[in-house]
Amino acid sequence: MPAREGIYGLLAEFETPGDLVRAARQSYQDGWRRLDCYSPFPLEEAAEAIGFHRDKVPLVTLIGGLLGGAAMFGLETWISVLAFPLNIAGRPMYSWPAFIVPAYEWTILWAGLSAAFGMLALCGLPALYHPVFNAPNFRDGATTDKFFLCLEALDPKFDAAEARKYLESFQPVSVVEVEY
Amino acid sequence: MATSELRPKDPGIDPATGEFRVIGQGQTFRSITEKISRIVLTPRTPLGWFAYFAVAGSGTTMLMVALTWLFLKGVGIWAITQPVAWGFAIINFVWWIGIGHAGTLISAILLLFKQSWRNSISRFAEAMTIFAVMCAAMFPVIHVGRPWLGYWLLPLPFTMDVWPQFRSPLMWDTFAVSTYATISVVFWYVGMIPDFGTFRDRAQSKIAKYFYGVLSWGWRGSVRHWVQYETASLLLAGLATPLVLSVHTVISFDFAVAVLPGWHTTIFPPYFVAGAIYSGFAMVLTLAIPLRKYYHLEQLVTERHIDNMGKLMLVTGFIVGYGYAMEAFMAWYSADHWEAFTFWNRAFGPMGWSYWLLLTCNLFIPLTTLWVRRLRTNIAFMFVMSIIVNTGMWFERFVIIVTSLTRDFLPSAWGTYRATKWDYMTFFGSVTFFLFMFLLFVRFLPMIPMNEIRLLLPQAKIKPKVTAEAGD
Repeated sequence: MPAREGIYGLLAEFETPGDLVRAARQSYQDGWRRLDCYSPFPLEEAAEAIGFHRDKVPLVTLIGGLLGGAAMFGLETWISVLAFPLNIAGRPMYSWPAFIVPAYEWTILWAGLSAAFGMLALCGLPALYHPVFNAPNFRDGATTDKFFLCLEALDPKFDAAEARKYLESFQPVSVVEVEY
Repeated sequence: MATSELRPKDPGIDPATGEFRVIGQGQTFRSITEKISRIVLTPRTPLGWFAYFAVAGSGTTMLMVALTWLFLKGVGIWAITQPVAWGFAIINFVWWIGIGHAGTLISAILLLFKQSWRNSISRFAEAMTIFAVMCAAMFPVIHVGRPWLGYWLLPLPFTMDVWPQFRSPLMWDTFAVSTYATISVVFWYVGMIPDFGTFRDRAQSKIAKYFYGVLSWGWRGSVRHWVQYETASLLLAGLATPLVLSVHTVISFDFAVAVLPGWHTTIFPPYFVAGAIYSGFAMVLTLAIPLRKYYHLEQLVTERHIDNMGKLMLVTGFIVGYGYAMEAFMAWYSADHWEAFTFWNRAFGPMGWSYWLLLTCNLFIPLTTLWVRRLRTNIAFMFVMSIIVNTGMWFERFVIIVTSLTRDFLPSAWGTYRATKWDYMTFFGSVTFFLFMFLLFVRFLPMIPMNEIRLLLPQAKIKPKVTAEAGD
């Protein structure tokens, strides 16, 4: 999607998480929808403030776990009954209680792998390049102690001069333009 | 307990709660980030690190020599024979797997219980888990005699159409241990992604920027990502929790499913799990105490952590003690001649010294002294205690495996066991390999989770602004 005026958005820097959450909440209430917050630690309040409530990680995990468990139980049954039937002390070929342990382990294994890699995929990672990294102050603290609010140019309300004035009303440390 | 009376003006104690502080006073987001990232991003590696690395590296070389000779000559170079076919290899396997358990307990169960003090120690406890599982997983593979056929354990389609036998606990073990290793690595790595982002942004050298940039997957700290990240962490913790309980349970099945007196008991699963956590916390202390001293992390790994780990060792130590008592009780109550003899043989047989050594190291010393808070916060005492408990736990596995196997049903089939130098080289080699991996971890990866520590600071709380409107 082509961006207006060749910029990705405007990035406001805040000193405390509280300032960021207040600014984000106000922006969302004022109708901004293409915006994001950046924080050096998990800040659920900010995500709620910009209207991010749904998160599909649990669903992906559930599906992964069920498939993993079913796959291992099916494999064990197929091997023990059809592919390589072995008579072990006269036990039935389909001795399902013994199959539970590996199936249980694979439920956990595939649920865990789905949770981790599903989460990264849902976040759109890996993304080694992102426009916010171009901002001069972002790399200097977004992952240490600074809090950022970015109003993106894709928002229909976006106008570089207006948005700058709007962000400055929150008294941030600085407002900078982010280029693509 | 009235802490304030005990140590009235101790700055390590929070006056509000009377508990030890989790994090020392006066830290900021930047100061803790610098403290932790400096260890890795410094261009100068401390000389002491090289000294330890040289020692651990030599030990690892010794392990490689022992393994090469083993592969050339076969398992006959070890002391294993009939009747003791499971010697040091399986003792070491169970010991190492057990050590790993505290890492998962700290990272998973304590996370679910919102024990935020765990944040400082969770990362290196997880690293400890992974390296311990690496050491553990090595032993069954080299013990099979033909390690190049180790992949036969996996259900893979061979040209010979041979498939594994899923009714065997040894097969369950394969899945329990491989799942445990994979989930631990994934949990550990996902936990480090935001910290890699911090390293990428703070690194000076180009190589470090690229290296940590790629490892961080381009993490930029978007709060939308954080929410999903937190959900995934919580789910991984929830999934790792049954693993803490199941891995050593499955390993105890290797013994409990057999009919050998001394092995065939129902107390084994809980008793193995408690013993695993007991030895794991001891190993966390063995690693944490020198680390906090050499890297000056006393503000992050405080007396509170040492104290809490001491308490957890006390609890799990008592469960282990219950296990020993129950073994003795069942030996009498079962009215089984062989069970009773096995117990008598453990305590008073030719290898009885090992049983009394294990009782001394695991019960008599720790369970009498760990009650005292002054001793639990005495760093030198806790370090010695951690070594004692780990020694005791190694002997516990020695007693279970060796004394049970040397004298089973038929006196004509009795034997003895005396480890060879190759056994000792492999065991001590695995200890130094563990240290070798740990030293690499400390040098190149974030050993304390910076993003989780930030959450412990008072600045991370969202305070209402004075000028903000009420109800905002």
